[in-house]
Amino acid sequence: MASAQVIKRAKYKTTVKDPGTAGVLKMAWDRFIFTPNHPNSASNLDVEFRFIKGHKNTKEGSNKPPWLNLTNDQGGSYIFEFESYPDLHTCRDFVGKSIGRSGETPTAASGKTDASLPDEQISTAELELRIKLLRENSELQKLHKQLVIGGILTEAEFWATRKKLLDRESSRKSKQRVGFKSAMISDIKPATDGRTNKVTFSLTPEVILQIFAEKPAVHAAFLKYVPNKMTEKDFWTKYFKAEYLHSTRNAVAAAAEAAEDEELAIFLRNDDILAKEARQKIRRVDPTVNMEADQGDDYMHLPDHGLFRDGGKDIIESQYELYRRTLAHDLNRHAAVVLEGRTVEVELEDTRTVAEALAKLKRVESANEDSDGTANQGILERIARITEIEDLQASHGPPLAPLCIKDPRDYFDSQQVIAVKAPAAEGKKCNLSSREAYGSLRDSISQTKQMGLLNPVVKTKDALQVFNALSHDISRTKYDVGKNPQDSVLDKLPSTTKEQLLHHWTSIQELLRHFWSSYPITSSYLYAKVNRLKDAMSQIYPQLEVCSLLIS
Amino acid sequence: MASAPSKLYADDVSLLVVLLDANPFFWSASSLPFSKFISHVISFLNSVLLLNQLNQIVVIATGHNCCDYVYDSSSPASRSAGTGKLSALSVDLLEKLEEFVGRDEKLLKKEPEGSIASSLLSGSLSMALCYIQRVFRSGPRHPHPRILCLHGSQDGPEQYVAIMNAIFSAQRSMVPIDSCFIGAQNSAFLQQASYITGGVYLKPQLLEGTFQYLSTVFGTDLHSRGFLQLPKSVGVDFRASCFCHKKTIDMGYICSVCLSIFCKHHKKCSTCGSVFGQPHSEAASEPNKKRKAGDT
Repeated sequence: MASAQVIKRAKYKTTVKDPGTAGVLKMAWDRFIFTPNHPNSASNLDVEFRFIKGHKNTKEGSNKPPWLNLTNDQGGSYIFEFESYPDLHTCRDFVGKSIGRSGETPTAASGKTDASLPDEQISTAELELRIKLLRENSELQKLHKQLVIGGILTEAEFWATRKKLLDRESSRKSKQRVGFKSAMISDIKPATDGRTNKVTFSLTPEVILQIFAEKPAVHAAFLKYVPNKMTEKDFWTKYFKAEYLHSTRNAVAAAAEAAEDEELAIFLRNDDILAKEARQKIRRVDPTVNMEADQGDDYMHLPDHGLFRDGGKDIIESQYELYRRTLAHDLNRHAAVVLEGRTVEVELEDTRTVAEALAKLKRVESANEDSDGTANQGILERIARITEIEDLQASHGPPLAPLCIKDPRDYFDSQQVIAVKAPAAEGKKCNLSSREAYGSLRDSISQTKQMGLLNPVVKTKDALQVFNALSHDISRTKYDVGKNPQDSVLDKLPSTTKEQLLHHWTSIQELLRHFWSSYPITSSYLYAKVNRLKDAMSQIYPQLEVCSLLIS
Repeated sequence: MASAPSKLYADDVSLLVVLLDANPFFWSASSLPFSKFISHVISFLNSVLLLNQLNQIVVIATGHNCCDYVYDSSSPASRSAGTGKLSALSVDLLEKLEEFVGRDEKLLKKEPEGSIASSLLSGSLSMALCYIQRVFRSGPRHPHPRILCLHGSQDGPEQYVAIMNAIFSAQRSMVPIDSCFIGAQNSAFLQQASYITGGVYLKPQLLEGTFQYLSTVFGTDLHSRGFLQLPKSVGVDFRASCFCHKKTIDMGYICSVCLSIFCKHHKKCSTCGSVFGQPHSEAASEPNKKRKAGDT
């Protein structure tokens, strides 16, 4: 879009229901002008993009006419209806650029004036994201309410640190990926026309995708033969001929046709590529057998346990084995493909793109598997470990605890012991000389030998006192501040208090972050902001004191 | 904290290694006389042995100049007959303890200066851990070991390094160190020991009820501790002592190679020999933080 102006025919509507006045919309880089066709009409517009906050438009795929809605900063909106969607897209892009450009100029002016903050031109999309984030996260909403609506921070500052959140939100809006249907749509039943004896099969790209996913031989054949050897129509005709032959369950006829036409043979035979894949999977199966018997080993109570088998088995000669296909085979393959959940992210427009997209996906997957050799290694290790016989092993060393790097905050938590130091109760000095000390110790020992142990060892009232004190200590909150990794003090509080405390904590963190980022103070705007933050922070302490009174 | 998993006969068999403080300088000045204390302890040991037939007890005396085993319940030699008043355990223990005190006195080189007369906690901790390692290597069937420190003397900062090494090896072998501290002030070493290894630190308020404290808090085996709630300490004193003067310090210099702690700036680390660079002048102004000032 190199042009500095866009001129389009459009109808201007004040509201959605307004039929609209026809006219010409001219957009320059800083303003747009709408001139109605009737010169007497009152809806002449000349609006600078500076006043436009955001724009919305109707989507092309929806049944709505092409509308562009420009919202200005006073809450009013200008709706323009264009003649076609490309017109709408051109205008929309131009508007977006202009809004972005005009949003830059006010910020340059903010350095001079401190009263007015930069008028932030945010797109409606971002505004919607913010509202959605606030709605989903109640903590964020509370913080937002307290800080922004309370006048301590501006919207811009609040969201400046949360760009990552917004980005994540916008990326999450991408479409949900749809997998394969569980119904076997690849098993197409044709429409038979009794009169002309023609059989018609109908194909959609979705069905084609499923056919290619489930039958890799067909996929490979398509990529190889079309459009070199045959057209797509011929290809599908041959394919459906094979399908028809299969549906008649005539293995002999199938063999006969296969002998004549080699391409048809590909569709009639069993899938080679599939067989190769299956063989690879078999190799990856765990050879160790878990000998532990469980419910599944109970074969005695299965319905057809026993020697007899339903006698409906056809004997088929070996040369026709290849051409037989069973329903179980088809069902299993279909189920496997659906459960694999491969999604092809291309629009299913025509067969060629479908085939190529699926081929690319398979290549990526096989490349990933090759590079993931560690999975194989893990399996080998596990097999080695399970098959060892413990009695024949040498004894391992004593088990050891792994190294544990502790959280450095533990250091500060526990410093309160030093802070709340009891008056230094110095132990009584030993006034005896060393010989006297040793002598007295020996005397105590011999005294005990003579007298025997104390009887009773401990007086009842002392024991009771100790017991009560211990039980009391164990249940008191104060002593949980020590190190018990399972509990924390917060969990013992009632949940409302806990939430309040956490909210105070997050708001203080936020305020402190903004506080420190405002230094060095170079403008009076920053000075005012710092003062606001300081006031807010000083208000939180009394609230915390109230909380602590409630707890204790 | 889970103890070392071992295939043993039952979960609740314990091997209790008791480190008994036999520092005469402490006991002569203690409010609880030693004779009463030893009664409490012997009754407690008897009750532990009664809890389970397979429980084992080892007692190591911590003296001022040396440490030694004074009782081992699993050794067959400790089967002397008891007198009318005392059980076999008591007689054995008391006799060995008396001999130990005599040996300790003989090793005394000079009078301890000041009021600080610490006992050799590092020595007895090391002996306990060696005994436990021997038990571990005796085969897959052994009781769960734990260490109980009955201690009262003050910490000797000169033993800081040895004690920390012992604590870390106990942590690695998953052996909890419990402490019942009977002295006046809290012992930083024992607090750290219990904190790091997952044991219980207790400073009894009422010394006449020591037996009640011991049997309530320290009597249970490690398996049962999983579902019992034992008293937790209020906070842990993490202060270290410097390697050069053995003083307890809050702020100091640390060698970034071997993590040795110094209270003043040195040119060279005395432990590993690495040469230090110039100190930063603003390094000392941060409260409660140890800064790294060494570079290789």
